[in-house]
Amino acid sequence: MAMLPEAGPAAGGNRAIVTVIGVDRVGIIAAVATMLAEAQVNILDISQSIMQEFFVMIMMVDLARSPSGFDELKAALNERGNAMGLKIDIQREDVFKLMHRV
Amino acid sequence: MSISSYSPQEIVETIRMVQMERLDIRTITMGISLRDCVSENHARLADRIYDKVCRMGSGLTAAGAAIAREYGIPVTNTRVSVTPVAIIAEGVGDCAGRDAMLGVARALDRAAREIGVNFIGGYSALVHKGATPGDLALIDSIPEALASTERVCGSVNIGSTKSGINMDAVAMMGRVVKRAAELTAAADGLGAAKLVVFCNAVEDNPFMAGAFHGVGEADGVLNVGVSGPGVVLRAVQAAPAADFGELASIIKRTAFKITRMGELVGRAASARLGVPFGIVDLSLAPTPAIGDSVARILESMGLSRVGAHGSTAALALLNDAVKKGGAMASSHVGGLSGAFIPVSEDIGMIEAAGMGALSFDKLEALTAVCSVGLDMIAIPGDTPASTIAAIIADEAAIGMINRKTTAVRLIPAPGKKVGDLIEFGGLLGHAPVMAVNRESSAAFIGRGGRIPAPIQALNN
Repeated sequence: MAMLPEAGPAAGGNRAIVTVIGVDRVGIIAAVATMLAEAQVNILDISQSIMQEFFVMIMMVDLARSPSGFDELKAALNERGNAMGLKIDIQREDVFKLMHRV
Repeated sequence: MSISSYSPQEIVETIRMVQMERLDIRTITMGISLRDCVSENHARLADRIYDKVCRMGSGLTAAGAAIAREYGIPVTNTRVSVTPVAIIAEGVGDCAGRDAMLGVARALDRAAREIGVNFIGGYSALVHKGATPGDLALIDSIPEALASTERVCGSVNIGSTKSGINMDAVAMMGRVVKRAAELTAAADGLGAAKLVVFCNAVEDNPFMAGAFHGVGEADGVLNVGVSGPGVVLRAVQAAPAADFGELASIIKRTAFKITRMGELVGRAASARLGVPFGIVDLSLAPTPAIGDSVARILESMGLSRVGAHGSTAALALLNDAVKKGGAMASSHVGGLSGAFIPVSEDIGMIEAAGMGALSFDKLEALTAVCSVGLDMIAIPGDTPASTIAAIIADEAAIGMINRKTTAVRLIPAPGKKVGDLIEFGGLLGHAPVMAVNRESSAAFIGRGGRIPAPIQALNN
C-alpha cells in the first residue's frame, strides 16, 4: 500500500483509528460503517487487507461532530465486535503517529 | 492526513504489541513535594500531608484509566512518590522523632488508599555521607512502618560516587532489612520487599519500591515508567541469525517505539491533571507473567539459561541498546532507565534460580551492567545482619565506582532455608530462597566510618 505524505498539524486532534480484526465474512464493513454513521462519526479513510490469514480493516475516523463520548463509542464497538466474533477497537490516532514516526 | 500515512503493518504491529506482547505503561507516578507540609506539631503534619496527597493525587487513577481506554494501552499502576519523609518530619517537636515518622507513614497509607494508588514511596532518608537525628529516627522506624502499613514503600540512600559509602548506615540497614522481614514473617517477609537500599539514588524514579520525590523537583511532577520485555523478546526471537550489531539495532528500534508510548502517556496525563510532565523511565520491567521476562530476552540471544556464562555480556548489550533507542524517542529520559533483573518478578529468573543455573554471585555481576541491582532476592532467614550489610556494601561499591545507581532489595525470609519458596503474589511474584556466602563479614562491617569518595568523584 502506498504511503502518502502526512498532512500538517492543522489536521486536528480528534481523530482516531478503528481497527477490526478477525475472520473475513460478508457485511463487516457495512456493520461498522452503520454504527459509526449513527454516532455521527465521519470516516476519513478505509483500508483493508489480509494479514496472516486474518482480515484486518483499518478506518481513520473523525470524532469532532460526534455527540457520543469516546468511552461510549468504544464500548459499543467492543460489544458489536464480540457479537460478530471480531475484535473491534478504537484508539486515538496519536498512538500510531508517535510510535511509528520520528 | 489520510490513513495511508500508516501502513496496515504498522497499525497491526502496535495492536500486537499491546495485546500479545504485553506492552504496557508500567506506572504513572506522581511526585508530590511535602516541603510545604512541615509542622512542629505531629498531628498537624500528618493532616497536612494527607490533605496534600489527596488533593494533588485525586484525579490520578481516573486519568490513568481514561488514557488506557482512549489510547488502547494498559496503564498497569498509578503511584505516588513524596519528598523523603526524614526531611519533612524532622522538625516535629511535640513527640519522639520515631513516633512522628510513624504518624506520617500512617497518613501516607491512608492517603494512598483514599486516592486509589497501590504504592506510595518516599518513606526515605538520604544518608550517603551522614545521618541527622531525623534520618536516624526514620531508619529506626522503617520495619514497623512497613509492617503496619499496606502501601507505603521506603528507601535509604547510603552511598554515592560523590560522597563515598556511609558504612555506619550500611551496618544499620543490614539490621533494618532483617527486622523488616521478621516483623512481616507471616507474609514471608513482605516488609523487606517494600524497602530499597540505594547507592546513587535518583530523584525522579517512577518505579517502586524505590521511588521518592527529590528535593530538587517541582511541587508536583508526573513520571512514567514504560515496560515491554515481551515486545523486545519477540523482536529478538524474530532474528535468530542476526549478529550482535544487528541485534543491538533491532532492540534500539523496539525501545524507541516503547518509549514513544511512555512519552505520549506522560504528556496526556500531564495535560489532564495539570501537573508538569517530568521524565520517561526506559526501564524494561518484567512481571511474573509468561512472556514478560527479561531473562527470556537474554536466553533468546542464545543462552540455554540466564546465569550461563555470557549472560553479563548479553545484558550489557540489551541495557545499552534500550537506552540508545529510548534516548532518541523522548526529550526527557530519566529515572533508572535500563533493564531490571528482579528475581521474584521474572519467570525466567525464578526458574534459573530454582534449578541452580543462576547464582547470587552471578546476579551481583549482572548488576554491574544493568540499571539497578540485587532486586527481590530471597535469602535464608538466618542470614546474619552483618552479611546483609556486606552485600549492601558490595553493591554500593559497584554503583559508586561505576557512577551508576545500584540498589539492594533482599528478603531474608523468616524461617526459610535455601531451596524453600516464598510467595508474595501479584507483581511481586514468588522466589526460591537462594544461597549466600556463609563466611563472616562481621568484623569488616564492625569497623564503621565511611569508605572515602573514589577518585571518580574528583571531576570538577
